[in-house]
Amino acid sequence: MLGYVLRRLVSVAVTFFVVSLIIFLMMHSIPGGPFDANDMPVSAAVRARLMAQLGLDQPLHVQYLRYMWGVLHFDFGVPYQSPGETVIQLLSRAWVPSLVLGGLGVLIGAPLGILLGMAAALNRNSWIDYLASAVATLGLTIPVFVTSMLLILVFAVWLNWLPASGWPHPNRWILPIAAYAAIPLATYARYTRSAMLDTLSRPFVTVLRAKGLSERRIVFQHVLRNSAIPLVTVFLPMFIGTATGSIFVEAMFRVPGLGAYFVSSIETRDYPLEMALMLMITFMYCIAYLLSDIVYALVNPRIRVGGAE
Amino acid sequence: MTDLPAAAPAIRQRSPLWFAWRRFLSNRAAVAGGIVLAILILMALFAPLITPVAPDAQLFLTRALAFPSAEHWFGVDNLGRDFYTRIVYGARVSLSIGFIAAGFSVLIGIPLGALAGYFGGRTDWIVMRVIELFSVVPPLLAAMLLGALTRGGYFTIVFIAALFGWVQVCLLVRAQVKAFREKEFVRAAQALGASPWYIIRRHLIPNSISPIIVGFVLAIPLAMMLEASLSFLGIGVPPPTPTWGQMINEGIDYMFFYWHLAVFPTAALAITVLATSLFGDGLRDALDPTLKGR
Repeated sequence: MLGYVLRRLVSVAVTFFVVSLIIFLMMHSIPGGPFDANDMPVSAAVRARLMAQLGLDQPLHVQYLRYMWGVLHFDFGVPYQSPGETVIQLLSRAWVPSLVLGGLGVLIGAPLGILLGMAAALNRNSWIDYLASAVATLGLTIPVFVTSMLLILVFAVWLNWLPASGWPHPNRWILPIAAYAAIPLATYARYTRSAMLDTLSRPFVTVLRAKGLSERRIVFQHVLRNSAIPLVTVFLPMFIGTATGSIFVEAMFRVPGLGAYFVSSIETRDYPLEMALMLMITFMYCIAYLLSDIVYALVNPRIRVGGAE
Repeated sequence: MTDLPAAAPAIRQRSPLWFAWRRFLSNRAAVAGGIVLAILILMALFAPLITPVAPDAQLFLTRALAFPSAEHWFGVDNLGRDFYTRIVYGARVSLSIGFIAAGFSVLIGIPLGALAGYFGGRTDWIVMRVIELFSVVPPLLAAMLLGALTRGGYFTIVFIAALFGWVQVCLLVRAQVKAFREKEFVRAAQALGASPWYIIRRHLIPNSISPIIVGFVLAIPLAMMLEASLSFLGIGVPPPTPTWGQMINEGIDYMFFYWHLAVFPTAALAITVLATSLFGDGLRDALDPTLKGR
């Protein structure tokens, strides 16, 4: 088991560094730089000093190694957009709205999705089953900015029940949270339904029924627990997905969160911030996949013994 | 023993595709999705015949922002263009990007998946590591970088969508080839001295046609969503070409007073993506019943 985990760890670490290199090279090959004449009308001498100060005059491999060396010490540099703070300070400040809204969205959407999926699996081909399928398909196929737009149109423009945008007051959080919640709701409705149907068709459920156990105990104690693995492994990637979803949700609801920086850091060639954002997301995905591999290996001995297969 | 039916009904040999077709027809949501998709494709193909004016003609500037009416079914946009025309032409961009990107995804995914599945070992390891690279980078962020790198544009979007679309096709083909590699007919072909290329081309890829179709159809909505997302962010297909993502982005600014500018592109995108996904899911369930509901 330990050997398997170590192998996966090395593989994921290599993947992370390859991705970081690719992102770094892509980022720097975008034409233009952070201090181009049309953005910042300064003399050539001043520009040269700025570039030297930020290490941008060095060859690319030196810049990459310097940056990654800093990353290993949790130093992500200073964002060019707001030089008064470090990238970490900026991110921890901007992350609050994103985390509150995205986190609440997941915390509300996931349990609702599980309930919906359970109801669908236990009442196959009933109206609730069709509802669950409809919700799952809609939520997984429609882009999040379309969901946001529909929510704004219905609840803010036509019904005039809720404000459409802003951040400070919690009643302005309802619509963005609903937009975030759509994805976990749909994901969990679909996965819970299929995982539970899978488990319900196994022979041990028949045995439990024959033993005379109440249907409630069968479902909650046995079926749900045996269906939980896919539900656990899909959680992390989905949660990270709210970070990229924030680009759209926060643009639609005008929330001052992380989302806007994804776009602005690319547009203004804010290399340290851009790199930090990309690495953060990539790192979280790496951890998520590593954890789900370990969970799978724990449940399924064939993976850790078989290795290559 | 004696109760055997006197005249057993003649057993007709049905092909697997016939059964798949029957399964598909019994799935009402999938059939509805397919019909809607077919209508949308026809509308996109015959756009000039069913629209009154050209999509970029600013003929109605005096009535800019007019609400839907008998004359302008979806109203007029802020620059005096007939909005119905622009929505219909938007379908051309969305659908063509979806289909072309899915086509390229299949072209990349089939050979890599077949190689990884047939040879296994080191080849498989390399292909799987490449797939791992693609799975830890969110497509949207990479697309934003690539979009900035290449300054957007139609073919860039197709390229980016194919770059991230092939992974799914590759995994499907790999699984199928792996399952068929050990079958007797492949062993027989090997024993007769057939080269790996011949076996892959002649036996394994034709036997992977179901997962290839499924991978193709499921790649279409993903590419369409990527295009809409990038156009929404303003780094997709540039403005003179009408695309739904752009229209939604512009519609946000007007939605409180001129709702039609937000509603119609949103609905068009939602309906198209939904119809394609339902059609694709139905096709997958029909072609591979063991995957149902996943």
